[in-house]
Parts: sequence; structure tokens; C-alpha cells
Amino acid sequence: MTDATPRPMARRFPVRLDIARGKVEMTHGGGGRAGAQLVEEIFFRHFGNAELAKAADQAQLSIAGGRIAVSTDSHVVSPLFFPGGDIGTLAVNGTVNDVAMAGAQPLWLTAGFILEEGFPLADLDRIAASMARAAAEAGVEIVTGDTKVVDRGKADGVFITTSGIGVIPEGVSLGAARIQAGDAIIVSGSMGDHGMAILSRRESIDFDSPVESDCAPLNGLVGVMLAVAPNLHALRDPTRGGLAAVLNELAHDSGTGMLIDEQAIPVSETVHAACELLGLDPVNIANEGKLVAFCPAAEADRLVAAMRTHPRGRDAAVIGHVTPGQAGLVRMRTRFGGERVVDWLNGEQLPRIC
Amino acid sequence: MKYVDEFRSETLARDLAATIAREADPGRSYAIMEFCGGHTHAIFRYGVQDLMPGNVSFVHGPGCPVCVLPIPRLDNAIEIAERHKAILLTYGDMMRVPASKRRSLLKAKAGGADVRMVYSVADALKVARANPERQVVFFAIGFETTTPPTAVALLTAEREGLANFSVFCNHVLTPSAMQQILDVPGQSIAIDAFLGPSHVSSVIGSAPYERFARDFHKPVVIAGFEPLDVMYSALMAIRQLNEGRAEVENQYTRVVTREGNLKAQAMVAEVFELRDSFEWRGLGAVPGSALRLRERFRAFDAETRFALTPSTGTDVKGCECPAILRGQKKPLDCKLFGTVCTPDNPVGSCMVSSEGACAAYWSYRRHQAGEHMPAEDEAFGEEAVA
Repeated sequence: MTDATPRPMARRFPVRLDIARGKVEMTHGGGGRAGAQLVEEIFFRHFGNAELAKAADQAQLSIAGGRIAVSTDSHVVSPLFFPGGDIGTLAVNGTVNDVAMAGAQPLWLTAGFILEEGFPLADLDRIAASMARAAAEAGVEIVTGDTKVVDRGKADGVFITTSGIGVIPEGVSLGAARIQAGDAIIVSGSMGDHGMAILSRRESIDFDSPVESDCAPLNGLVGVMLAVAPNLHALRDPTRGGLAAVLNELAHDSGTGMLIDEQAIPVSETVHAACELLGLDPVNIANEGKLVAFCPAAEADRLVAAMRTHPRGRDAAVIGHVTPGQAGLVRMRTRFGGERVVDWLNGEQLPRIC
Repeated sequence: MKYVDEFRSETLARDLAATIAREADPGRSYAIMEFCGGHTHAIFRYGVQDLMPGNVSFVHGPGCPVCVLPIPRLDNAIEIAERHKAILLTYGDMMRVPASKRRSLLKAKAGGADVRMVYSVADALKVARANPERQVVFFAIGFETTTPPTAVALLTAEREGLANFSVFCNHVLTPSAMQQILDVPGQSIAIDAFLGPSHVSSVIGSAPYERFARDFHKPVVIAGFEPLDVMYSALMAIRQLNEGRAEVENQYTRVVTREGNLKAQAMVAEVFELRDSFEWRGLGAVPGSALRLRERFRAFDAETRFALTPSTGTDVKGCECPAILRGQKKPLDCKLFGTVCTPDNPVGSCMVSSEGACAAYWSYRRHQAGEHMPAEDEAFGEEAVA
């Protein structure tokens, strides 16, 4: 009867990838067995879920109806690993947050990888593990993906593009168009942590006490916020260009003015000190785990109190309000008692921060 | 943050503002030129002008190293990177300054030239050590504050025999610029007093300004860069003017002495010598106003190492940077301000650096500019956002 016992299928890839010492080779992008093995032994192993395991050309997903939010984001950060995260955490959280800013519950992600020949498999494995952890924290599944390899020198290690899909709850409608004079402007926590963490690891600058990136998913916090303030007007995550860029964009798009109070903006001591040293302004520096919210002034206190109960909103604060007139202009009452315009950042403060 | 917040206290600012309002004579006006871009930046960033009485105004001086560098020197820097294929290392602000034909180092970089941003000249040495097969040129700009580090770099390069390293020297001197502003024969000077440089003075001391106070009868107050420093220095200048005094006073005593940093001065003297004359954007040719490398360091002088083409590039017609740098015009007097010239698309050098008067006006004060400003769509047009 021994013949009745099915023989274990021959392993598809008899020799395992040497993740500890191996490097990405051109054959990993050639559409052959090597590529399939890379995907299976790194990405499937970390991201494992039923949809991905089908290894089809597409993921097939069911939604109950209503509206969906879709967003896509490419990640080219340098360095790939930084205090508080890496390109993997960034690739998941960045897209999760873009979807969450519609008030949507993010459910699925896609991930496209462009790998440079010679990139250590150990680093790729570490990045995939970070993505899996970040996805688990955000409650999303990575359901489909793609991998390409380019010649050495044609990319910088790894570039990752993620797209996200989320479902917008009934009755939620957020956007710049809903911002109106009188709205309170709220931030969920300290400004500038991510950009400063990246900067601290760039060549030629080293801080004694490294700042950690705030890279984190915000959908949990958004859920808490919508529960107490269903009449929320708009959410935006202040990534590249920082708080200043987001406020200018929204002031411009909503045809309103904004007035914020420098004293009220949470900034960590380390970021503040680093900004002094480098001549930067925390309002121009990127965040990857913070949001800016606009809501009717009457709901602001309740909203802030609720945000503070969530780990991602512990330092939430009202920083100003939307004003009628002077459309498109963001002003700030300075710590010193004067007033000034808060402009977009001129030129490029720091490339490749996300 | 300790030693920073103390100099930005709103309470102290209010007290100081009240004192200035009480002591400023309503029967006259006070035009105070803050020499340095660092002062200009503090005045705008913290809204210091808002706290001053109407008859006390700040006139923005030429102390912005990026702003005063003339176009031909910038053309030469681009030439070093493009034609001579050197790695050109520069401080960040220089990248966007418009050169001839609206070119810039940033555009040269996009075109394939190897132009890199550094935070200090020490990084330039690192690049030179790491690329022995390439020519590595440090684009040295700045007043007396940035000169000692360049001197250290040159002494280091000499010691190490770093043959591929050279310096394109554009270091300029503060007192000669002040002289040029004050010494305009036949013209009355619309400046009542100066806020003297802070960090420059930490190197050269306060003594070099004494002749301006004496010969031109203008009070000079060496002022720190924090907003309370600026306000208190303005009060000191107002008091001198009220009392008919014209002296050099030092508000920035926590850093500046009368003699300055003798060690740094000795090092600078070892490495550099005076140029007969140097062209400044805004001020024209100023005798004895800049430094070049001494004979001993000629091997590290980019101007000798590379054959540079004399450039005749001039400012764009209509750009008022020259008059603004002399304190004769305000940014809002310029027709290009905010229309074709914005920080995203600068025409003149004053619109580039955060220490430039036009960039400061644009970034921090345009809410008070009223109808002079372009319409919203124009200001945020495609080109500006790109």
C-alpha cells in the first residue's frame, strides 16, 4: 500500500535562496524560475495571504458596495534604512495613510518593486519583513505585486511603488472643498520627525541623539476621529513639504485663508534643536505618521480629546483656524508676537525623503 | 529650548517694544540698516517690524553672501563644473542663483555637470580624498565668518598634499562693503544707523567699524541674530541717535569682543591676501573688498588651475537687486517682484537665499503687500509649482 501514499511533490526550488549572502541578479527579473523563487521565498513568505498565494496576474476582491478610495505612491528614500523605519514601512504606511485621509478603511495594497542588480537579498528580506509588520499593524493585505530588476547603477538599491484600496464608510465625505472659515486646524502630533530622521542619517550630518521617524499607519486614529466627529471636513497627511505645504495647498484649493499659532504647533525638543542648527523650519519638514484635520470649531475640543486617547494622536493640538478672505494665504502668529506668512518651501530642502 | 527660547521671549519683546515706542522721538524717523542677511531673516521670520513704532524702519543691507556674488563669478563656477568636468562643491543656496542666460548650478547639474551640495568645507575635503582621479573644487563664498574654515581646508590640503583639491575663492570683506554704502560723494545717505554684523564680528572684532562711526557719524551697534538681539540693538541705536552720539556699541557681548578671534585672523592672514578690487552685485567694483589665495597656495587656486573665460554677464533688465542691496530700494519697488521673480523662479539673487531681502519679503510679508502682489493664479502658476 505504500504506493497509495502520495509522494511529496518535488520542491519547486530544490536549492533555497541564499538570503544571508545572496544578491539580486538580472535573472531574478527575467520572468523565469529565479524570479518566481525570489517572489515566493521572500515576498510570499512575508506577505502570505490567500489572495496573494493564488499567484494570479491579478487579485480578485469583494466589496460590499459604496465608495472606494484608491491611492498610489512611489518610494525612493535614501538611505533605505533610517531610525524608526525603512523603505518598507514607508511604502506601506505612506499609501495606507493616503487612503485613510479620505476617511476610508484601507484594506488592500499592491506592491511593485524595482530592484538594482547586486542588491543584497538580506536587505530585501528585511524590507519585506518590515512591510509585512506594517501591513499587519494597519490591518491591510498585500494582495498582488510585481518585481523588476535593472542593471547595477540604474536604480538605488530598491524602489517600491504601492497602491492602496480602501472603503469609505457611508456618510463620510472629506475634502478641501468642505473646509470653511471658522474651522479649527488640528495636528495629531509633533512636526518634522520623519524628515529630520532622514536628514540625520545623510552623509555629513550626525546627531548625538538621533530623531526617530514617526512613520506609522493613521487609519486607526482616523477611525477614532470619525466616531466622535462625523462632521469632519478634511484630513491630510503632511508628508513632503511638511505642514506648510499642506496648509498652502488646502488654503489654495478651498479658497480660504489660514492663521496658525507657532506656539501651539507641537515640535519635539530634538527636532527643534536640529532645525536651529541647520537653519530649517519644522513646518517645512516631512512627517510620515501625522495628520492635519479641519473640523467645525465647536467640535474641536471633543475631537482633540478623542485623538489623545489613541497612541498616534497623543500630542494632538489645535494650532489655528481657517479665516475668511486672503484666500490661499497662510499666516502664522510667531512665538515672538509678530506675524508672518507661512510659505511653501522654496526649492528643494531635501530630496528623496520618502 | 535652552539658550534659544530666552532670546525669543514674547514677554520681553513686548517690554522692549514699549520702551522703543516710548523713547523713539515722534518728531523724526529712524532708518536703521541691518547689515546682515541673518538680521533680515530674523526681522521677517519673527515679525519684528510689527513690534516697532511706525517711524522706526529697517533698511536691508548687503550682508547676504549669495546675493552679492556677481553673475560673472557664477558663470565661471558653472564653467568649472561643465567645461572642466570638475566636481564642484557648494553651499545649498548657491545652487539656485541665476547666472547668465537664466542658467544656474542647479540647471548645470540637471544637464550632467557634477555639482554637489555640502554643509561645510570639511565635506569638500572628504570628497576630494574619495575621488583622487577627479578635480574637486570648493566654491568658496561668504564674508569673514566662512573664511577661516576655508583657510583651515587649504592648510589641510597643503599638509596632506591633496593635489586634486582647489578653491574657487569668492570671500568678501564686510568693512569695505559698508564703506562703499556710506562713501557716495554728492549723495545724502538715507541711513541713520547700522546694526553691525554678529558672526562676522566674532571673527574680526568690533574695532574695524570704529572708523565708520567716527568718519561718517553713524552709530554702529553690533547685533546678535535672535529677534530680541535685533530689537535691543535697535533701541541702542535709537538712544545714540537721540543723544547725538555715533559710536560702536556691542550688544552681542556673549560672542563678540573688540579684538575678535585672533587665531582665526592669523590663519586667514596666512592663507589669503587682499585683491586689488572685486566686483559686487549691487555695489559694483569695490577696492580691497575681497580675498584671494596667497602665492604659497596658488597650486590650490581654481582660478590658476583652470583657464576661465571672462564673462560679461549682467543682471536682468528691470531687476532692482543692485539698489535693494545698497538699501536704496525695497523689494516692493521692483516691477519683477512677485510677477516674474519668485523664490521658485528667481530672476535676481535677492530672491534666492532666505537671507535675501526679496525672498524674505515674499516668504514672510506678502500679506501686507496689498495690491502690489500678483493675483493668486499668477503667483502659483504652473512654472512656480513645477
